[in-house]
Parts: sequence; structure tokens; C-alpha cells
Amino acid sequence: MEVDARGLSCPQPIIETKKVVDKGAKSLSVLVDNIASKENVMRFAKAMKFDVVVNDTDYGWKLDLKEND
Amino acid sequence: MKISKEKKLLALGGIITGIVSVSLTILGNPTNMGFCIACFYRDIAGALSLHSAAIVQYVRPEIIGLIFGSFIISIVKKEFKPRGGSSPILRFIISFFVMIGALVFLGCPFRMILRLAGGDLNALVALFGFIGGIVGGALLLNKGASLGRSYKQSNIEGSAISVIFLALLSILLFIPSLLKFSTSGPGSLHAPIIISLIGGLVVGSLAQRNRFCMAGGVRDQFLFRDSTLLTGSVFLFAAALVMNLITGNFNLGFSGQSVAHTDWLWNFLGMALVGYGSVILGGCPIRQTILAGEGNSDGAISIFGMMAGAAFAHSFGLASSSNGATVKGMVATVVGFVVITAISLITIYNKKREI
Repeated sequence: MEVDARGLSCPQPIIETKKVVDKGAKSLSVLVDNIASKENVMRFAKAMKFDVVVNDTDYGWKLDLKEND
Repeated sequence: MKISKEKKLLALGGIITGIVSVSLTILGNPTNMGFCIACFYRDIAGALSLHSAAIVQYVRPEIIGLIFGSFIISIVKKEFKPRGGSSPILRFIISFFVMIGALVFLGCPFRMILRLAGGDLNALVALFGFIGGIVGGALLLNKGASLGRSYKQSNIEGSAISVIFLALLSILLFIPSLLKFSTSGPGSLHAPIIISLIGGLVVGSLAQRNRFCMAGGVRDQFLFRDSTLLTGSVFLFAAALVMNLITGNFNLGFSGQSVAHTDWLWNFLGMALVGYGSVILGGCPIRQTILAGEGNSDGAISIFGMMAGAAFAHSFGLASSSNGATVKGMVATVVGFVVITAISLITIYNKKREI
């Protein structure tokens, strides 16, 4: 699953990520292009007990979220 | 429990911001108005003769400092990213009504916290309205409302707003005769220019670094029980409260508050409109200001929308006074809710049609 949150203003990146997580996704990628969105999604992921791997990209970051056991 | 670094930074930022805010009041700003982003844009609009309410005209250097603080620190930290193009006109309109809501209450979310820290219980009523507005706006976003994506812009587009405010600072310092200055009322009360400017720079740099956001704090708490962002507002409140108690500026109650009214319904609804619009915009007035400094031209459009809203509010008698809300202001608030709801519903409808 991939959530393309690039260019969306706060708090849509979190809301769109939450929608996917609420559907039961165990792993997903979130694309973000600004630092506030990146931090927000990472904070959300932590609160939901997901591990986050941050990949730098030309537009910003690809965040790989995986539910931790 | 381990306290995250992010939380500590927000707490420290909140404390410094609280101290700076009350210090500005002691040095001349109106009561509980160390910072009021909405009031300050209103004053700037007045100084530029965009409205003619004689008591609220002054170029507030705090605003210039906030924008520069964010601009400079974002360049230093390589976070200056020109972005824009997410429904600029809709953002202008929503910001316009956010300003109307703020002037019906008499303060932005930042000043609401400062008023609360000064013992003004009208701000508590407004806080409930603000939270209600945020929840309402978040429900719309959850249904798919969106102003659309922003895209990469040129450096000149991203820095234009900072250049405009640099020009404004130059006019204030070197050709003040072009501007209007209140001789009485809130506009006449201000700290020395240099102090206000430094205060703005400090708070602007901090807010850029720690993504200080009042609406975001409430949102995280409700959405996934995370109190990180809320920490900033809580410590801002606590620091300002302590400062007010020490300096004897704490005055608990509803009546007799400075630049405030006791019309509870309109304090509630005014700030509800601010919360509602701010969530759709992606940040309250201070966040839009900081975003503008970082190169976000959608934030810059918001600033112009707010200034236009302030000009209309004072030219058409929509703004409240210490006597309470005006009938025109009440009508404008309701219109604001209708317009923002309509915009959001139309974006939801359009999105569904695309799928």
C-alpha cells in the first residue's frame, strides 16, 4: 500500500495514513515532501506501534511503515 | 517514562515564547497581546489605510520578525522550500473568514492562550469553540475534503512575502509618514520597535524549528492520543501564567478584561470559525505566517486573505468591541461557516466524481 501525501497540507497526510492503517494494513509506504508532514506521520506511526524506515528521495521522503510485533 | 527530545524542545520553545509574550506586554503592547497574529495583521492593514478604524493602526514589527525568523532559520537549516499552488483563491477566502472569526472573538488562537494565562475566562469559552471547530474541520477532511496538492515553486515566489515585509519594515523605519499610526486605543500601545522585532524573530525561529501548532496539538490528542504537539501550547500557557502572576497582570474573571467582550456565544462561535477554517487551511494564523516565511506561498496567500478580512471587518463594522459582537459580525460569522462548509463539500463531491 502506498499513500501519496506529497503537497497535501497538514493534517491530511496523517488522516490519509490513518485511513489505510484503520483498514488493517500491516505495512505501507507514505510519500511526503515537507518536514512537518514527515514528522507528523512518524509521530502517528510511533503512536500506532509501527516501525518507520526513512528513505530520502528527490522530492522528500518515502516512509516505510511496518507494524512491530 | 522517557520524554522525547521533540517534546522537550516544544516545552522549551513554549516557555520562551510565553516569557517573550508577557515581556512585550510589560514593555508596551496591549494587555494579553504580547502576540496576536490576527490583531497584528489587522493593525498592519490599518497602518496601510486598508481600513480606517483609527484605534487599530500600527505596523507590528512582531509580524515582520516572525516571517524573517522563519525565513532565515529555514534557509540556515536547509528547510526553505518554495511550495504553493494549492487552491490559492479558496485559501484567500477561507483565511478571510478565519480573520472575521478572530475579530468577532478578538484574538487568534495564540492570543486566546495568552488571554487565558491572564485570567480572562472568556478565552476559556473560546477554547471550547476552537476545539469544536477543529473537530468539525477534521471530520470534513476525514470525508475527503482537500484544497489539493501544492507544488514546487521558484525561489523568488517563495521569498516574495519576506521581501514585501522587508519593504514594510523599511517604510516603518525610514518613511513612517506613509503610514497611519493610532494615537489612542490598542493600536497606540506597543513595545519599542526593536524589541518587538527581536521578540518576533525569536518566536518565529522557535516556531519554525519546533512546528509549534495549536490546532495540531488538539488534533494529535484526539486522533491518536499523542500529546507531543500540545506540549508547546501547554508550556506557553504555563510560562505566560507564571509571568502574569509575578508581574501582577493576572486578573481572573469574565468582565473588565482588556480588548475583550463577554458575549459568550460569539466568543465561542468566533473562535469555532477560526478552528474550522484553520484545519482546512492546514494551520492557524501563526502557522500560516511561519509557513509563508519558509517559502510556502499558500501561507503567504493566507496572510493577504487575513489582511483583506481585517480590512472588511473594520470597514463594514464586523469586528467586535468591548461592548460585544455586532449584528453584522454575527451574520458574517454564520456566512463564514456556510462558505467554508460549501467549499469543503464541493471538494469532497469533486473527488468522488473523479474516482
